[in-house]
Amino acid sequence: MKPRVLQLFTSGINCDRELRYAFELAGATVREMHIRELMESPEAIRDCEMFAIPGGFTYGDDLGAGRVLGLEVKRFLANELDEHHDRGGSIFGVCNGFQALVKSDLLPRVEGVEVSLTWNFSHRFECRWSRLLVEKALGHVLPAGSILPAPSAHAEGQIVLAAGEEDVARLEAANAIALRYCDQQGQPTSEWPACPSGSIGAIAGMVSPSGRILGLMPHPERNLSPLHLPDRGAGAWGTGKEGVAFFRGLMAPYLAEIHS
Amino acid sequence: MSANAWRVELELESSRFDPLGAAAVQSLAARGLPLSDGIRVGRGFLLPGSLERTEVDRIVDSLLADPVNETARIVAPGEVEEDGQKSLLIRRMAGVSDPEAHTTERALKLLDIDLPAGTHVETYRSYRSLGDVAGEQFLQIGARAFGNLTIEEAFLGNQPVGLHPEPSSRPSKRRDIPLRSLGIKELSAISSEMSLALTGEEMLAIQEFFVAEGREPSDVELETLAQTWSEHCKHKTLTGPVSFEQLDGEGQRKEHRHYDNLLKETVFYATQKLSPEWCWSVFKDNAGVIAMTDDIGIAIKVETHNHPSALDPYGGSGTGIGGVIRDILGTGLGARPFASTDVFCVGEENMNRENLPPGTMHPDRILEGVVAGVRDYGNRMGIPTVAGTVIRHPGYVANPLVFAGSLGEIPRKYVDKAARPGDLIVAFGGRTGRDGIHGATFSSEALHEDSESIDAAAVQIGDPITEKKVLDVLMVARDRDIFTAVTDCGAGGFSSAVGEMGEDIGAEVDLENAPLKYAGLSYWEIWISEAQERMVAAIPPKRLDELQHLCDTADVELTVLGTFADHERLILRWHGEVVCDMPMSFLHGGVPQPIRQAIAPQAPQNDTEWSSVDDHGKFLQEILSHPSVASKEWVVRQYDHEVQGGTVLKPYQGANGHGAGDGTVVKPRLDLPQGVALGCGIYPRMAELDPYAATANAIDEALRNTVAAGGNPHRTAILDNFCWGDCRKPDRFGSMVLAAEACRDAAIAYGTPFVSGKDSLNNEYRVDGVEKAIPPTLLCTAMAIVEDCGRTVGTPLQAANNHLVVVGYTTPDGGGSVAADLLGMEDSVVPKPNFETAPSVFAALHAAIVEGSVAACHDLSEGGLAAAAAEMVIGADGLGASIDISRIPGDSELPAQARLYAETPTRFLVEVPAGRLEQFGQHFRTLPWAAVGEVQIGEQLELRDGTATLAQLESTTLSTANRVQA
Repeated sequence: MKPRVLQLFTSGINCDRELRYAFELAGATVREMHIRELMESPEAIRDCEMFAIPGGFTYGDDLGAGRVLGLEVKRFLANELDEHHDRGGSIFGVCNGFQALVKSDLLPRVEGVEVSLTWNFSHRFECRWSRLLVEKALGHVLPAGSILPAPSAHAEGQIVLAAGEEDVARLEAANAIALRYCDQQGQPTSEWPACPSGSIGAIAGMVSPSGRILGLMPHPERNLSPLHLPDRGAGAWGTGKEGVAFFRGLMAPYLAEIHS
Repeated sequence: MSANAWRVELELESSRFDPLGAAAVQSLAARGLPLSDGIRVGRGFLLPGSLERTEVDRIVDSLLADPVNETARIVAPGEVEEDGQKSLLIRRMAGVSDPEAHTTERALKLLDIDLPAGTHVETYRSYRSLGDVAGEQFLQIGARAFGNLTIEEAFLGNQPVGLHPEPSSRPSKRRDIPLRSLGIKELSAISSEMSLALTGEEMLAIQEFFVAEGREPSDVELETLAQTWSEHCKHKTLTGPVSFEQLDGEGQRKEHRHYDNLLKETVFYATQKLSPEWCWSVFKDNAGVIAMTDDIGIAIKVETHNHPSALDPYGGSGTGIGGVIRDILGTGLGARPFASTDVFCVGEENMNRENLPPGTMHPDRILEGVVAGVRDYGNRMGIPTVAGTVIRHPGYVANPLVFAGSLGEIPRKYVDKAARPGDLIVAFGGRTGRDGIHGATFSSEALHEDSESIDAAAVQIGDPITEKKVLDVLMVARDRDIFTAVTDCGAGGFSSAVGEMGEDIGAEVDLENAPLKYAGLSYWEIWISEAQERMVAAIPPKRLDELQHLCDTADVELTVLGTFADHERLILRWHGEVVCDMPMSFLHGGVPQPIRQAIAPQAPQNDTEWSSVDDHGKFLQEILSHPSVASKEWVVRQYDHEVQGGTVLKPYQGANGHGAGDGTVVKPRLDLPQGVALGCGIYPRMAELDPYAATANAIDEALRNTVAAGGNPHRTAILDNFCWGDCRKPDRFGSMVLAAEACRDAAIAYGTPFVSGKDSLNNEYRVDGVEKAIPPTLLCTAMAIVEDCGRTVGTPLQAANNHLVVVGYTTPDGGGSVAADLLGMEDSVVPKPNFETAPSVFAALHAAIVEGSVAACHDLSEGGLAAAAAEMVIGADGLGASIDISRIPGDSELPAQARLYAETPTRFLVEVPAGRLEQFGQHFRTLPWAAVGEVQIGEQLELRDGTATLAQLESTTLSTANRVQA
């Protein structure tokens, strides 16, 4: 049997097709459920190894990115998701899904650190490719120190921390920083355009201490072939295989389990 | 205004930089109000005054304010803030949609807070000056700078503010409009009083009908006729008879031509003549459909939304894209949108504010607004906006053009539809409000100075998330075969949607069933409202429960409006009383068609005298900076042009993402190799001189785009969008006749059928009694099937030592070119395609691309060969080019300026892999092509004429000139 992904759907989610395709390429089966159905039967979460929230503009992001979905997840799904996580299940959010994970307090899970995502420093929606440096906290998914190229496409991707740089240090110490924006040489940077948002600490993605709750702003599910790359595989943006490797890495524990 | 509301404003913490505040300071300074201490911009909410303070605090903390970086300012009901004259508040007028407020109201339930009955939430924006400011001046200047006074109102924080009162319901009864005994003058007066935009003759035809019926019409009957007969819905000008005179150089009559139906005998004729089997649906549905595979078709449609965008650029362009997406949803039994296009034509940049015609917005502000509107609507819908352009021309200053296109994927079995008698008429999606009343008729009238103040109701505000929900539910319902027909509510609202679906069978509607945004609408307003995000479908009654369940899950409102019938009449009831009862035959066939006169002067025939250029390096930089050539990457980067994961050849390409592409290639299905290449062509500057040549060039350019990217020219469909002045004036109509003839000739020559099109007339502006028309503007959109997306090529240079080849023949004709504009050259002959050879050139290049003999390819268009070469270098990674222009195929004695900057159509600059030149050439045989240079290491462009170096420029210099931003 293939590992099972439960993909959340609701008003304004719009990156569901490419995320589903990425998980399928990684060897998983994907079931999609509307949050209204899940609110009625949250126990459906027990029938998956991976719970995923795709990107989009849930409820228009009218009250801040992911805010309303975050409230819904916290209120209606938090218990089941905690149990799912305790059982060894994974939770993954990309872009708006990541914003919702942060606003529902599922990330970053580091005591005393208050995180939010706000408008990009340019105060614009930014659709451009980014290079993401894999931190050791994510070494179980992709080789630490390697670069995952992925397009960013968001307006509210700037990570802000209540205590600024002190909180960056706390997140680092807790192994909660999964991915950082970097330049072509692999140097982390918060400078536009390599970092589209001006995120503090160049943070692009965060992970729980367990390694199984992961969220990131850019879209690895839009890097599934050399044709997706800005240079179409000429080399400056990797080979076009990194995205699939990322999703395989996410699903690896369950693929192995099922194969053995 | 009652003062019964809490005011909540959320600003970024004072320690954080506020980019909106900085922009606000700049905007005021430009208007002569320097506020050097700064401005903080806030997101404002009005909450019902009956809420407790503790509740308000909880709402602010848990829902409204960002927990990390925002602070809240709260003003209690009835109170005013200290220093209130320093705060400028801008909010929507009563009745204007406020989607953020609805989201807030719904989210309050998550906090277990119920709003007291009869109250609501509103949102607004606040601008708080940090230094002293004279309140009245702040209000007066700030309102114009930050607000759109067509739909918004401004006031200072030193007065108490309350919620808009809830509209009271106003019982309306059937109202008749007596007209049987009136003369033509009085009839015309009624048309203009009711904003019907019906001509005297049309009013007479209506009168005749009701005389025969033996009764007076009701208001809603007149409104329905006005909608159905409007230029916007009926295309009377293009489909009516025309008598056309072509003048000679002396202004004497040279040739006369007559058309009974211009559109049928030009655009449709070409399609009919070609009628390839891969065209599945043309000119009969909301969009044209062609085959991508044996089972999957692609629907495509391009619309305009010009007049609403002139009044409210943001709302106008947003609802423009929203509307064309609904056209795709309403094609067949529903197509799934996977790509959008947009083209904007606006006035010149950096225009002196004093030269603006009264009542118009600055072109730069219009452009900013229309880009933002498409961005916010398209991004929220999750449909990538992947192709388009921006045109700057003084002729659009008071009448900008906004084109929006959409493409959808549809299984072949869902292409056809037909409502059946007995089917329920259901509406789903947004509610009906007073927004957009008379949109269809308003767009058929010229804009005038007062448009800004009196046409607020014609402005529509979009709510993309509602439309996204409609999309979601529509796709599921389609796949369950619930619909027998579906269409969108566009211009004319329910009136057009139900009228068209029931044209052959008849329909009965109970108007009180329509869910309303607020009370107080009369039945005729409900019937013609153009409120956004609504679809109408026909379903068998037994499928209602299933559709209801789907809609409930997706949080979409569904209503049964009535039933389709078999009496071939349109019957409307209002609380049981019949308010409209007309035969469909009169509604759809009764409009009189007068013969229109058209006249066209002779286009310039004189040879181009190229002005001399002393420094080609410097001049090339000017070319690259010209608004037509300058990089539009700043627009594209604001659009999520990669959502859905199918964008496999991007609008901006190369390792640095700065290389301007030709065609964009999108895969509607991630699991299939096929895709579509998109291109567009538009030449208003040439059209002012020679509408025929300009139109042929626009079509050639759209095809060049798709061919260059790898699209199959034998599987390419094209679309026309005519935007013209008032075609009741013979000179305006004359250029349109020529453009339509060019459409016919080009489509037949290239073997590319038109599958859909649209016209927008009356793009004129009246000021001081003088009427000005926009330049004749034909947008051609091309869509080519790509059999294998792996066999597509971009524009950036790929590898050192590869060959550079020019394909196509260069003529010295320079009329309407960018170079002629910059050099101030005298008007001269406009280049046009050679219909004999052009199709073979496209076919040969396509064969070479598919075979793998092309590494990169760029078409030559605005700015000619020099601009294309520069763009290929700009997008390259560590590579440059050396080109000898003496080797390009063309007329003998071509001056260097023509070789570098002429805009002869059907030409390309092609990078051929080293060692493959001979193989490449075999596709061309007698067709014009020549090797002109090679790709080199080092980011430099070198242009030579034989041994003489004309220009040598670094890539960074080219990028800077091209206004590349990152």
